[in-house]
Amino acid sequence: MARAASTRRKAVFTIIGWVAGLAVFFPILWTFLTSFKTEGTAIATPPQFLFFEWTLENYATVQERSNYMRHMTNSIVMSVGSTLIGLLIAIPAAWAMAFAPTRRTKDILMWMLSTKMLPAVGVLVPIYLIFRDWGLLDSLAGLTGVLVMVNLPIIVWMLYTYFREIPGDILEAARMDGASLRNEIIYVLTPMAVPGIASTMLLSIILAWNEAFWTLNLTASEAAPLTAFIAAYSSPEGLFWAKLSAASTLAIAPILILGWFAQRQLVRGLTFGAVK
Amino acid sequence: MRLKTWLLGAACLGSFAGVAGAETLTIATVNNGDMIRMQGLSNHFTEQNPDIDLEWVILEENVLRQRVTTDIATKGGQYDVMTIGTYEVPIWGKQDWLLPLDDLGPDYDVDDLLPAIRSGLTVDGTLYAAPFYGESSMTMYRTDLFEEAGLEMPDAPTWDFIAEAARTLTDKEDELYGICLRGKAGWGENMALLTAMANSFGARFFDEQWNAQFDQPEWKETISYYVDLMNEAGPPGASSNGFNENLALFQTGKCAMWIDATVAASFVTNPDESQVADNVGFALAPDNGLGKRGNWLWAWSLAIPAGTQQAEAAQKFIAWATSKEYLELVAEEEGWANVPPGTRASLYENPEYLAAAPFAKMTLESIEAADPNDPAVDPVPYVGVQFVAIPEFQGIGTSVGQQFSAALAGQVSVDDALASAQQITTREMTRAGYGE
Repeated sequence: MARAASTRRKAVFTIIGWVAGLAVFFPILWTFLTSFKTEGTAIATPPQFLFFEWTLENYATVQERSNYMRHMTNSIVMSVGSTLIGLLIAIPAAWAMAFAPTRRTKDILMWMLSTKMLPAVGVLVPIYLIFRDWGLLDSLAGLTGVLVMVNLPIIVWMLYTYFREIPGDILEAARMDGASLRNEIIYVLTPMAVPGIASTMLLSIILAWNEAFWTLNLTASEAAPLTAFIAAYSSPEGLFWAKLSAASTLAIAPILILGWFAQRQLVRGLTFGAVK
Repeated sequence: MRLKTWLLGAACLGSFAGVAGAETLTIATVNNGDMIRMQGLSNHFTEQNPDIDLEWVILEENVLRQRVTTDIATKGGQYDVMTIGTYEVPIWGKQDWLLPLDDLGPDYDVDDLLPAIRSGLTVDGTLYAAPFYGESSMTMYRTDLFEEAGLEMPDAPTWDFIAEAARTLTDKEDELYGICLRGKAGWGENMALLTAMANSFGARFFDEQWNAQFDQPEWKETISYYVDLMNEAGPPGASSNGFNENLALFQTGKCAMWIDATVAASFVTNPDESQVADNVGFALAPDNGLGKRGNWLWAWSLAIPAGTQQAEAAQKFIAWATSKEYLELVAEEEGWANVPPGTRASLYENPEYLAAAPFAKMTLESIEAADPNDPAVDPVPYVGVQFVAIPEFQGIGTSVGQQFSAALAGQVSVDDALASAQQITTREMTRAGYGE
């Protein structure tokens, strides 16, 4: 009896899990399906799910109108670049906060996070003027720099949380064995924190990939990433859903594939230290 | 080592990205059919001008507006040609943010530009932007439904007729609604319709001393008419409908009438997109017998920001894209029906165009019926038919639009919405120092 109840319970939870999963995934699935419809079918009521005339016309139009490869390369360079630079700064910073805290460490952490509380548009004009004067407008170097600053508070916070889970005694033992600070961070701390660093890295890449405010406002053509590519396909006057869906599918495909392969690391990292 | 290589690579790419060729024109434009066509045909321009390369930045309208406004206000110099509307030109022209278009070539024939459109792009006698395509608003209706109901749409209907016809044709059980109008809040959304509509009811945004006028009876009449009509004969959830939502409703046969941009005519008569393509008629936007119609005026135009280093090449490109020859090129490559409308008088004398575009006559009459310099029945201190060409208008228009959208959704009464609109507008105008 107990076993039957537990099986039934398991089945119910499995169904709930699947429903929740499908609900989360549905917008992406719908975007994917819409990208194969004509503009007319895309707005048809009732909506057509699978049985419509499939067409690749939207992908052909998008390829013809935009330089997808350039946008994608820009997205990769700025998201990976900003993440690597961010980690280079954040790992030592998080080490200091986790293992050599001072009275003010909590305040510094909170102060770093507070930069995320200001709406980005509030600092658009000063940043734009700095970029103009330094010749950084529409350049990957400038954009990467901004994304480092935008994501740094989150990277530091995440790494700080992971590092706090690592017993300080191990680092102390390394020190006793004569390891320098540099060696301690590179050979002892970093390998132990790999899951945390990996998930931080992935999250930072995803956040940079999806960042739409700065990437749209500080670029024109040369450094424009995939966010600008998508923004070219929406319109307040005229039908655009099918073409926009094709552009969106192309824009999310690389990051979706990366996420798919790295999902184990991502989940492990995100739940690291959650259960004690 | 690898990391260093990566960073070095990223930095090099970045610095190269900032360097542009001496004669590369960066053109910022809006995503719509006519502009995309221009991009497609631009190889004709580069063939004629091999020393000029074109780099296109195509963005959604609101993103584009934010982008080019930031750039021009800070003299960022990222663009050499900008696509802007009739709202921006008077403001930016006065600020000297745009270069005057005084060298468009001997064959340009500037006098062929439609006077209503040209006057909206001229500041103190100087043309600051060349119109690429112009639009107004008009009434689109289902000829089959009108015939069935024994109604006949006049060429120039009144608001009374529209209300009566809408109520007669509504059949909510069959999901057929007498009229579809914009309800989504925004200065370019419901406020475009309501400001133009208010003009025909004798209302105005400001009196000559820049005092807000929402406490006047004409505004109450306009908004009460709109809310009552939409509640009785409009589709459900109309307060979130913009152009595209209404387009989809009309194309799928759910609206008997739709008053919106003239550009919609080519969409609703296209059999590939529209289920009612063969049964669409056109009439002017309605009036109330006060001498002003409820139609707006807009032109997407090409202008040169003052910060450009390539003014000469930019002017050359604008002259090409807005010339009579360009219209002929589009006709040759894609047919007369696809020519960008509403900019040149000669186009409306061309029999081939008139035969290919059944909505041409109505488009021209609608454009000619709007006067941006004298939009309302009573005198006003501003330029603009469905907007007020002052920098504060985007904020005011959107806040007021939210009030009217809430009134349509039934969240507030018409009186409360008007009182809030009056308060918001007065506060913003006082803050900005008008009327002092």
